[in-house]
Amino acid sequence: MSQTSHGIGGLSYDAKKRPWPAEFNVFLALVILVGAFELIGRVFLGDSFLFNTRENVDAIFNEQRLQIIILQVSIVGIIAIGVTQVIICGGIDLSSGSIVGATAMIAMSFAQVATVNGNPNPKAMFIAYGWTDLPVIVPLLVAVGCGLLAGLINGSLIAFTRIPPFIATLGMMVTARGIAKWWSKGQPISFPTDSFAAIGKGLMPVIIFISLAILFQLILSYTRYGKHCYAIGSNEDAARMSGIKIANHKVLVYVIAGILASIAAVVLSSKNLTAQAGMGVMYELDAIAMAVIGGVSLSGGRGSIIGTVIGSLIFGVIISGFTFLRLDAYYQEMVKGVIIVGAVVLDQWRQRRRAIGA
Amino acid sequence: MSDIVLKTENLTKHYGGVHALQEANFELRKGEHVAIMGDNGAGKSTFVRQITGVEQRTDGKIWFDGKEVNFAGPIEAREAGIETVFQNLALADDLDVPSNLFLGREKVLFNLGPFSILDRKAMRKATEAALVRTAVKIPNLSSTIRHMSGGQRQCVAIARTATFASKLIIMDEPTAALGVQETAQVENIIRTLKENGEPLILISHNMRQVFDLVDRIVVFRRGRIVANLRKQDTDGNDIVAYITGAKTGQAELQAA
Repeated sequence: MSQTSHGIGGLSYDAKKRPWPAEFNVFLALVILVGAFELIGRVFLGDSFLFNTRENVDAIFNEQRLQIIILQVSIVGIIAIGVTQVIICGGIDLSSGSIVGATAMIAMSFAQVATVNGNPNPKAMFIAYGWTDLPVIVPLLVAVGCGLLAGLINGSLIAFTRIPPFIATLGMMVTARGIAKWWSKGQPISFPTDSFAAIGKGLMPVIIFISLAILFQLILSYTRYGKHCYAIGSNEDAARMSGIKIANHKVLVYVIAGILASIAAVVLSSKNLTAQAGMGVMYELDAIAMAVIGGVSLSGGRGSIIGTVIGSLIFGVIISGFTFLRLDAYYQEMVKGVIIVGAVVLDQWRQRRRAIGA
Repeated sequence: MSDIVLKTENLTKHYGGVHALQEANFELRKGEHVAIMGDNGAGKSTFVRQITGVEQRTDGKIWFDGKEVNFAGPIEAREAGIETVFQNLALADDLDVPSNLFLGREKVLFNLGPFSILDRKAMRKATEAALVRTAVKIPNLSSTIRHMSGGQRQCVAIARTATFASKLIIMDEPTAALGVQETAQVENIIRTLKENGEPLILISHNMRQVFDLVDRIVVFRRGRIVANLRKQDTDGNDIVAYITGAKTGQAELQAA
């Protein structure tokens, strides 16, 4: 970014009039939202949303609340990192929630202990084979394998049979959920090893979410893969004519999304110390919503991981803000829906205005 | 033969029963700018699509750069040195200028397969050099194509062809959708290419533009080349007569 007021060829331009990044608007929305909860809290409840009000705690902010805000969106946030890349590339992934369910079931069954309180583990899937107390790398590899396979099937269907991503991933959504239920005939799978349980302990989900977010933001910004994501989402024909191998790229994008969903499955089942067939229901829609709120364009080509992370924080603030205001959980869902649609309307409106201005 | 950049012999393309292109014999020499004119459906774009490998010809031979070539696709043609500016611009709206110029052939710092680290500085520098060479004026390299006028987009598309040491540039109606000033800008770029000695095939409906810019005019009619005239040997009325069929060329006479 040069600060000069002259472009190539001597045409002048106003550096100050450059459009600011879309992420800035999203961040502004987050600040306004937090401000609104703070204000309502002060006026109606005499309590602060953001700041510490307890005398016996020495802190400026209400750290407990901040932790909860980010902790409760971390797991869906990990999925949203993958979903963001899929959407930037011009696709959609409806299967991530079901991949979480199936992967959690399968991976957890390789992470079980042999004995619980001196008795044989009643839930152990593979106790007959002696596949208990396995090193933590085994369930991890199994999980990544599940995500990779699901992503490979999604990507191959979309890239080679050319069916719409909506249909391909809808099929995977239903199938993977079926696998999750079939795996243990609907029974929950519990009692993981200590090392597996450590993955989702405390603030670990947050650390994993933020690390992955930074990693993939760097990949999107600085690698050929990232550039091609934006190019394909922006103009697939142009990308094809430029010699980009569209099919290979799409498969890779869906594989990455699948693996991220499987990582979310590991973190979730580790945190809950159990895996259930219904895990991750609706997560795909929450992840898509986080991306969309974060400024990722559903028509492809625009958005960033940073935006999605801020979008996920908006999600977290809404949920915990409603709890703070002691409003029923029913309202959360209604407001969430309104915000998702509102974000898209706002994005469209901003794009149109910008197009007229240009 | 050595100064002939492109030569086609009996180039023919049938779409089912439709004879879109018949026995086209064409030559282009080093540094030469040639216009292809003709009515809609005369075979101009079909001719270009056979050369650039977008479609596979029914019959005939193509020599490019001294060798007989059979391009399996547009990417092979591009690798051989034929750059095409398409009627529908092949640009990604959400990327900036350097990214578009280097789309599909990015410079990399470290090669890590798909996750290769991009050399953004080098691409920016090369972009600036290409824009200077083609005298293209773009106010801000880092703004996305979406925010640019039609003329600026077209200029970026043309600058892309000049970024890579191309041996032949083909433009399919580059100014069809542009305003007066923007057209002038694109025409200036074409003049710069001429000064640099880069050969060009220009498909255009604009008589004034053609007479301003090129050395030779080739007229297509009903899938055949009906005229191949040096600019100084002809005029607008003459060309129109060939385009409409009021005057018939040798190729058509021979076929009759």
